[in-house]
Formats: sequence, C-alpha cells, structure tokens
Amino acid sequence: MTDTLAPFAVPDADPALLAHLHARLEDAATGDAAPDVHYRTVDSPLGRLLVAATEQGVARLAFAIEEEDRVLDALAERIGPRVLRAPRRLDPAARWLDAYFAGGHDPYPGPVDLRLARGFRLAVLERLQEVPFGRTISYAALAARTDAPRAVRAVGTACATNPVPLVVPCHRVVRSDGTTGAYRGGAEAKVRLLALERDGVIPG
Amino acid sequence: MSASEKSKAPFERIVGEHGPLVWRVCRGLLDQHDAEDAWSETFLAAMGAWARFEGNVAGWLVTIAHRKAIDMLRARSRAAFPTDELPEVPTVIGVPDGRDLDLWAALALLPPRQRAAVVHHHLAGVPFAEVATLTGTTETAARKAASDGVQRLRSLLVGKDIA
Repeated sequence: MTDTLAPFAVPDADPALLAHLHARLEDAATGDAAPDVHYRTVDSPLGRLLVAATEQGVARLAFAIEEEDRVLDALAERIGPRVLRAPRRLDPAARWLDAYFAGGHDPYPGPVDLRLARGFRLAVLERLQEVPFGRTISYAALAARTDAPRAVRAVGTACATNPVPLVVPCHRVVRSDGTTGAYRGGAEAKVRLLALERDGVIPG
Repeated sequence: MSASEKSKAPFERIVGEHGPLVWRVCRGLLDQHDAEDAWSETFLAAMGAWARFEGNVAGWLVTIAHRKAIDMLRARSRAAFPTDELPEVPTVIGVPDGRDLDLWAALALLPPRQRAAVVHHHLAGVPFAEVATLTGTTETAARKAASDGVQRLRSLLVGKDIA
C-alpha cells in the first residue's frame, strides 16, 4: 500500500505525537468503553515485568522470559481481544512493585482478578494469599490447607501456573527438603525473591 | 470458524501498527486539534467493535477515520463534506507565500473532493475503487480528483522539498 505515497514526502507522525494521542485514547477508554484488559510494564530487579488488569483487578503478572507478545496474545484469547496499554491506570500496581523490591512487606493492596485460575488451582491461590512476607510454606503444608490435603503435585501445578506471581506469593512455597523448586520467572528469580524477604535486600 | 472462536490480536498491536496511518488520514482531512479528537475517537470506536470485526484492518480504520472526520466537519457547521459543491479553485487569499505551507496546510487549501482523494489514495494508500466508495463518487472521478489535487499541491508547495 505504500508505493502510492510517491508524490509527496509525507511527514512521519513523530513518536511524541503518537504517545500524546495514545494517552488521549487511554483517557477515553473507560466505563462502557473500557478495554477487556489494560496493561503496562514495570522495570524491576528481576527484569521487565508486565502487569495486566481487568476492570475487576490485576489478572496477570508476567516475567520478561514469558515474552510480552505471547502474554498479550494469551490475554486476548482467554479474557478478550480489547487489550490496551494504559500505564497510568496501573500506577498503583507499579508503585507497590517498586516498594516490594525495596523491601516493603505489605501484600498487594488492590483488587486481584483470579479468573485465569479455576477450580483447585484457584483454591490453592486463595490459600496462598494468606502466606505473609518473609514466611515460606512447603507444597505439602499448603496442600494440607486445602480440601485435598494429599494433592501435593496439584499444588505444585497451581503454583507453577499462578497468573499473578508476586501479587499472589507463590515464590513462598518451597519443597519439604528446603530446596526452592521451580518458578514461573525462573528458579534463580525465586532464590533472589526469598533472599529479598529474608535479608531485606534483593541480591544482584 | 466463527468470530467468537477465532483468536484476535490484542488491540494494542492494531494501534501500534496503524496509528500512523490513521493519523495521516485524520490530519490530512482536519486541522491539528480536530485531527487529535478524530484519531482517538477512531480507535475508541474500533476497539469497541474489535471482537467482532473480520476483514482488512487498515481499510476498516480508514473508513472509520473518514466518517469521524465528516462528523467533525459537520459539527463545526462547515459545508457538507466531501459531496458538497464548493468552487473547485480554492482561495489563496490570506496565504502570503506558498513556501510557508507545509503539506497539511496545503491540503487544507484543496477543494474537499480533491483533498479527500489525495489523502485517502496518496497518504493512506487506499485503492481508487475504495476511495470512490468512501467519498461517494466513481473510480474515474476519484482518480481525476486525486490527480488534480496532486497538481494543485505541487503548485502550492513549489520550491519546497516535500513537493
């Protein structure tokens, strides 16, 4: 379609203008016109995080290794295709993440939308929200808090597929032998988060 | 596969890919302020319909932008656009020197039909058959309007490196 542009040098829409236009779109996209999902990225000691929310609350937090495009594709498919970048609407989540990585103990104070988890996995995440900063719990002990105390492997799966890591602190679930176990953001990220909660500083 | 079963791209990707195109259409047809309104209204309307839309995304967005532009021009009580009967030669009174014009200002001096044809075909890359549908004319007339518009722009922008 671009060969027809030949007779003129058409000025490129400059990035600052496009950013300004996008901000206006974000401001207008509220209420009945709200997107299915709004999102932003946040730089953190664990790399770039993507935070996505519905009108009900934070529904997804993803690590850089999960790849932004894939995460957005999955959100479009599972929640709805009206996915819009709207950083200012997620400023509170970004501020909480900054505070957390600086050693803040408070659990995420805003609403959480756990629609991407169902059934037993959802029940596990709800129990997991009760585990405070600085504490750990074994997969078996967490299973014991559910209706299926012997479903230790299923608890592991629930943690591994947690749509909102950090917000729902699945990194606080460790193996009974004390080793850390797997993590959606990578095993090393989990080790660093546990160190942050133990020492108050995240190791570099 | 029905629309509801088919997975759709996240709308943000559509904004990123087509934002500059929609800007060229809006700014080509409107002044800066109205163009900004039209751009965000175009994407807001498109987002609302995105879950159900199937087809050529660029053409769809240009159509929405065109309608928003017409709405705005009408809302500002200007002549109906672009099917009005304004004189085919625009005034240059108040335009001291064509060399002060940028492309947007020069486009604003074109008669509405020429302006729309040039914007849709040369700035948005819409084929003449579709320009004709958009502007309610024939393909031949759209082609002629664009050609006349380009000539007029060349004379307005003479000596400018964008002409």
